[in-house]
Amino acid sequence: MLKLIKKLNVTGIIPGEESFTAKEEELGRKRVSFHGRIFRSMVKAKTPLIAAVIILVVILMAAFAPFFAPNEPNSVDIRNRILPPAFIEGGISEYPLGTDTMGRCVLSRLIYGARVSIVVGIAAVFVAGILGTVLGIIAGYFGGIVDDIIMRLADIQLAFPFILLTISVLAVIQATRDVHQIDVNLIQRLLPLILTLGIAQWVVYARLARGEALSMREKEFVDAARALGDNHFSIMFRNILPNSIAPLIVIASFNVGSSIIAESSLSFLGLGVPPSIPTWGGMLAESRELLITGNLWLSTLPGLCIVFTVLSINIIGDWLRDFLDPRLRT
Amino acid sequence: MLRYIGRRLLQSVIVMLGVSVLAFSVLFLSGDPTYLYVNERASHEQIEKTRQQMGFDQPIYIQYGRFLKGAVQGDFGKSLRYGQPAMQLVLERFPATIELAFVGMFIAVIFAIPLGVLAATKRNSILDGGTMVFAMVGQSIPGYWFGLMLILIVGVYWKLLPISGRVPLLEPLLRGEFGVFFSSLGQGLRHLILPGIASGIWSLSRNTRLVRSSMLEVLGVDYITTARAKGVAEKKVVMKHAFRNAMIPVVTIVGLEVGFLLSGNIIIENVFAWPGIGRLIIYAINQKDFNIVQAGVVLLAFFFVIINLIVDVLYTWLDPRIRYN
Repeated sequence: MLKLIKKLNVTGIIPGEESFTAKEEELGRKRVSFHGRIFRSMVKAKTPLIAAVIILVVILMAAFAPFFAPNEPNSVDIRNRILPPAFIEGGISEYPLGTDTMGRCVLSRLIYGARVSIVVGIAAVFVAGILGTVLGIIAGYFGGIVDDIIMRLADIQLAFPFILLTISVLAVIQATRDVHQIDVNLIQRLLPLILTLGIAQWVVYARLARGEALSMREKEFVDAARALGDNHFSIMFRNILPNSIAPLIVIASFNVGSSIIAESSLSFLGLGVPPSIPTWGGMLAESRELLITGNLWLSTLPGLCIVFTVLSINIIGDWLRDFLDPRLRT
Repeated sequence: MLRYIGRRLLQSVIVMLGVSVLAFSVLFLSGDPTYLYVNERASHEQIEKTRQQMGFDQPIYIQYGRFLKGAVQGDFGKSLRYGQPAMQLVLERFPATIELAFVGMFIAVIFAIPLGVLAATKRNSILDGGTMVFAMVGQSIPGYWFGLMLILIVGVYWKLLPISGRVPLLEPLLRGEFGVFFSSLGQGLRHLILPGIASGIWSLSRNTRLVRSSMLEVLGVDYITTARAKGVAEKKVVMKHAFRNAMIPVVTIVGLEVGFLLSGNIIIENVFAWPGIGRLIIYAINQKDFNIVQAGVVLLAFFFVIINLIVDVLYTWLDPRIRYN
């Protein structure tokens, strides 16, 4: 992504670029590189820096889960069921954050649970972002009947509440597997989840990209590219796309957060991944039977993981918006 | 205006057709939907019989035609488990869903407006900062988990409010039994508070940010400066000149949120054992009762479309500056 942002910098879409360097030179300072500016802006604001560190930790935990997890996430310990965390009376150091109803290590499950959330959250945004951007630019660039068809499709999709769409699609897929007793691996299990979440959210990108393409179609640099003999594909994706990517990146960053929430909701309903794979949403679903007994830890910890991850992503999104495109500020 | 309404109406019909295609084709994701209607030990003859019964042996356009014909009349076939018409089952639970969406909406609006306005007028104060932190966190919390926490703290620890179930309010009201309505009002509202908060928290946070930014924008324009220069009291500037104009974008978003709440509450309904459409749909999914799923999805989408239509028409009516195309 840095590369992309850098590209924007070259095309001059980031406001304040000239004044910034002028001021720097006036003060006799060395010109700061683009990476340097990103880092500086983050450090100055502090909160985004903390958020970035949290996200980094979550990603590292997910990537190296076997290394960080103290126990096997699925190994059952019947004698040590529903233990509180180790720092509470009754907890034991073998299970730092306690155990669930089947005596499985909560900390290990939380660490492994980050995997599904991160992978699905990011992959779904990629699917939605690429699909939406490509369709949006095509609609805006060509206009006419192409535009009409794509945007009516978008309207239909918008009128179909997206959680309903994902729920019904996943329900049928799950039922089919049960009926035919198809055994599938993790990737095959995650794929429908990623695709439905992705397809359900393409419209935002399409509308935004269409607007950008519409306004840019008439700009001089597009005329120039056309005069130089560039084909439609090249104009759309090498001229228009790089110049309209800033707002798309901002939307995408928020979208990762909402996708993680959507994934956890679907896992909570039992429609996401099979129960053998730990997920934050799935852990919350399992904690429900103990809620009435007032068990605090099992239902609090996975939720806090979701909130901190999503909150960090949203903070980064906010900061990115101000940094890349202050016009979008709401 | 009339032409605009006509065009917008036509658009809604097209959208509903699209929705019907989606709801219809979802079943065919499984390859052969017959298998969704038979149990695992069904013999070959039984499968064939079911296929003919359900009409799955017919060409697909005939099947869709039949589905659409039924859907227009509200006929989605019978529920396999209940043996009653699917639409009837869904409609029975509709008041519960509306009630919850309404309360969620109410909470999202009634707190968002004063919070947003206060934050905007006291910009950069502690109050503003606190409100923004609240809004940021509120938008990052999954509503269903917030619901679980409410159950745990308010319901289980403090034992203040009921944590599941519902006392009907809308049904007696619709039947005109006002005596029943008023006698159950207290209990009904008590049951509504926790699920209502859980369903409204996300919208509340978003609306607060929206009201604040909209107010900030309006407070910066020329006619506000003019009003201030004329010596209009600050209170009047905020409430009369700024507030009204700041509400225009808010009204649209809030209108659209009603639709989202109707569908988003599927999960909240399951957390609080709220007997609405969402809970029925999830139950039907677990029972592989897909006629109910189709009926529920189409009904929710229908209301979503109707609300969008009303909001759009109201919007152009309220603010004539918006062009009709």
